[in-house]
Amino acid sequence: MPKIKHPARSPHIDMTPMVDLFSLLLTFFMLTTSFRPQEAAPIETPNSVSEKQAPDNDIMTIFISKEGKVFFTFDNGKDTSTHFRSKLLQKMGEQYQVKFTPKELDKFSKMSSFGMPFKNLQAWINATEPKERDKLQVGIPTDSTDNQLAWWVRLARITNLNAEVAIKGDAETNYTVVKKVMDLLQENKVNKFNLVTNLQKDEVSMKDVPK
Amino acid sequence: MGEIIVEEKGKKGGKRQAKKHSTRIDMTPMVDLMCLLITFFMLTTAFSKPKVMVITMPEKDPKDKPENQPQIAAFRTLNIVLTEGSKVYYYIGLADPKKPPLPELVKTDFSKDGIRKILLLKNKDLFTKIAEYRDKRVTGKTVVADTTADAAIKKFKKEDNKGPIVLIKADDKAKYKDIVNIIDEMAICNIASYAVVDMSPVETEMLKNAPK
Repeated sequence: MPKIKHPARSPHIDMTPMVDLFSLLLTFFMLTTSFRPQEAAPIETPNSVSEKQAPDNDIMTIFISKEGKVFFTFDNGKDTSTHFRSKLLQKMGEQYQVKFTPKELDKFSKMSSFGMPFKNLQAWINATEPKERDKLQVGIPTDSTDNQLAWWVRLARITNLNAEVAIKGDAETNYTVVKKVMDLLQENKVNKFNLVTNLQKDEVSMKDVPK
Repeated sequence: MGEIIVEEKGKKGGKRQAKKHSTRIDMTPMVDLMCLLITFFMLTTAFSKPKVMVITMPEKDPKDKPENQPQIAAFRTLNIVLTEGSKVYYYIGLADPKKPPLPELVKTDFSKDGIRKILLLKNKDLFTKIAEYRDKRVTGKTVVADTTADAAIKKFKKEDNKGPIVLIKADDKAKYKDIVNIIDEMAICNIASYAVVDMSPVETEMLKNAPK
């Protein structure tokens, strides 16, 4: 009887296709990733049926946390060489007589949302510990005696003429705080703004129309 | 010749040594690392970009006198008052303390049979028009580009002169989500004209006596 010879199989699996696939996925994710910007406070936005996408560039966002703290951020513009953030900070510095070094301006342009009285901003930029930084985030003053948010908005609009305004408020925020911000925007001739929401489909058809 | 054989022998010996090492590289650590990196990128990627709702507020000009404000037909005005606990009140017409009796506040809510029913009833003509237009597009009776369709719907809204003019007011106890919800209802019900306005003192008074 001729013996059937089983070819000696190596216990190794050929991982080349797997590695190929993984490389592909990795490249894809690395190239498409845009990191989620760190936000000063966790904000849960309310739901709406709107399907309009938030613009990526030329937008200033006002964050309103659950406790009514106000934070602000502004992007560098589509062409990052425009350095809108540094320019804005410089203008704010002139307004409040605070001098910033080029290094601070550069560092600020790479950071995300912030919310503190202007006099503490320098400390926030230079802070090394994240904990120290978080402690400084107490919200931008919006009261009528020293309305710093209004200056941020005003100067941001001068810095980037195409800038739109978005409000990202927490669903549980009191309307009074939001209203204050909206009034402030209107006083600065911003009558059209975007409210950041989560998409939640809700369809109404002809059947729902009461007879 | 002999030399060559010797040489070959030497080669063979070398080959035997090489056989101990497999030509394959162990790729497991590489795969491990890749897995890790892929997981990291997948979790940090913000795929779904946030959506926005555009809202246009009426222009505020301190020079504007009340008498210069546009006059709107009282019967078309639907006032919505939002307050604590996501409660919704509405009344039709104007609340003028000089012209009693004051209209009565009706209580409703954000459910399907709540404020939406009232809005749809009031906005029946326009809503049917837009819904029919959309249906035609879905069934393929009319084939138009999205932009054309949007423009057409906008035109319907502009031409509408029967639908309600909704004034949205919220008191201090209302939450931000209530405002977003009610503006959302406007979008769902295709209301042509609406505005978020300040509450008048009369309405605050009315709210105090409103059914709880």
